[in-house]
Amino acid sequence: MILNMGPQHPSTHGVLRVILEIDGENVVRIMPDIGYLHTGIEKTCEAKFYQQVVPLTDRIDYLCPLTNNLCYALAVEKLLGLEIPPKAQWLRVLLNELTRINSHLVWLGTHALDIGAMTVFLYCFREREDILRLFEMVSGQRMMTSYFRVGGLALEPPLGFFEKVREFASRFPAKVDEYENLLTGNPIWGMRTKGVARITAEDALALGVSGPTLRGSGVDFDLRRDMPYSGYDNFKFAVPIATEGDVFARYICRVQELRESNAIVQQALDGMPEGPIKADAPKVVLPDREKMKTQMEALIYHFKIITEGFAVPEGEVYQAVESPRGEMGYYVVSDGTAKPYRLHMRAACLANLQALPTMCEGRLIADVVAAIGSIDIVLGEIDR
Amino acid sequence: MPPAPAITDIEQLKGHPAIAKLLAWKPAVVEAARFDHDEMTIYVERSSIGEACTLLRDNPECAFNFLADVTCVDWYPREPRFEVVYHLLSIPKKERVRLKVRLDSGSPTLDSVTPVWPGANYFEREVFDLFGVRFTGHPYLRRIQMPEDWEGHPLRKDYPVEGYR
Repeated sequence: MILNMGPQHPSTHGVLRVILEIDGENVVRIMPDIGYLHTGIEKTCEAKFYQQVVPLTDRIDYLCPLTNNLCYALAVEKLLGLEIPPKAQWLRVLLNELTRINSHLVWLGTHALDIGAMTVFLYCFREREDILRLFEMVSGQRMMTSYFRVGGLALEPPLGFFEKVREFASRFPAKVDEYENLLTGNPIWGMRTKGVARITAEDALALGVSGPTLRGSGVDFDLRRDMPYSGYDNFKFAVPIATEGDVFARYICRVQELRESNAIVQQALDGMPEGPIKADAPKVVLPDREKMKTQMEALIYHFKIITEGFAVPEGEVYQAVESPRGEMGYYVVSDGTAKPYRLHMRAACLANLQALPTMCEGRLIADVVAAIGSIDIVLGEIDR
Repeated sequence: MPPAPAITDIEQLKGHPAIAKLLAWKPAVVEAARFDHDEMTIYVERSSIGEACTLLRDNPECAFNFLADVTCVDWYPREPRFEVVYHLLSIPKKERVRLKVRLDSGSPTLDSVTPVWPGANYFEREVFDLFGVRFTGHPYLRRIQMPEDWEGHPLRKDYPVEGYR
């Protein structure tokens, strides 16, 4: 029998359609069908100035907008050869790790909800709300932050921001204990996740799977540690791995990552350098409001950047960062004008989704729900 | 600090293991190479892309065991019009390399790399869908993002941003 799951099925996290060929309760063949959320962002970007692309990047993976902002900013900065001041780099790291915690909390809550553990969802969204308030405080927006700009940050963080983050970071580990109390030793959770939707390291590598899904299969690779960007080499953190390659292994990896990310946030707070938050590049970075109103030159630069954008030298760059879901990459091709000639986003979820048939074929339908949850898909990123 | 200028001379780039191995296998495979922004780009001859990928994946000195991305750039109206771009990552060596294949607009067709990396499947379908480049040997070359009955390939440069009215 052919069964259609989605695109309006609540456990498919958005608009994923999965075509299941089933024999009783067993899945014989499984085929994901995507494209319901395709918005043509790559084409739209080609018609925008480089600085106008930043808000579009938020909308790709809407659970980690700041990671998208960072990846795009790093790619264009690499083309321009800009040097980013340390304070901006550290703030980027700090906000990125908060984003990772935010994204993992949504994942944990909805994943547990899919499998039938309702309470965890409420707990996770309680802490997520605190993080969204921090984002609102720093950028004015809860979700579509657009806070990183090419050449630095949009604004200085407001007074009292660091205290609020410190307060959050100090109580967060106890909250992770709470989630783990509910799930890790729970025999029902174990039965639904252990040995379910297995994938071996060889299969995962061949299918282009990355991030916690790959580390759950025992491949010890994290871009933050192994190919550091934005000053990640200044931070000490462990990369959690598990070897079983099942839903439980991926769960353990992500929950440990919550703790590691929190530790990075604390390190960033302790070592936050002083200094400017924007690169010294008047032709690229908008001048401060003060200067714009008092200096002729700053006003001219402001006018030029807003009306004509800034030209980026000819060339191409592929910049990858470790998003909460895996390797997120931005491939920017410039033809020397103020608009990107081609902008391609490598979506971690698109590759990870390809592992679904390997994980699920020959298993029960109920395991498909667990498997979809465990690879943490965001359809906005898959379809773009 | 301005970025270092690009190096395009193959003689200077021979030291790179990927180029060295490809040249040792078949000198005609490497059409050109470019080192820019700390990134290596190798232009691979069209018919050898599958074998070149197998070589780079299996050779222990290269060990590019992870296909990160496949995409395409349309240089309309210039010929050769399309550049199919492969981003390879070596997890053991922590290195990246970019392979490119140039295709003219007459017959934008090349071999699929799905036999080498099954993970190329969705990426190649996306390139087919949005650029109209055909991959021979692909197991399921159908549209992936656009509806089945869509006309045209939206990411081509001669396709208007607002679509056909």
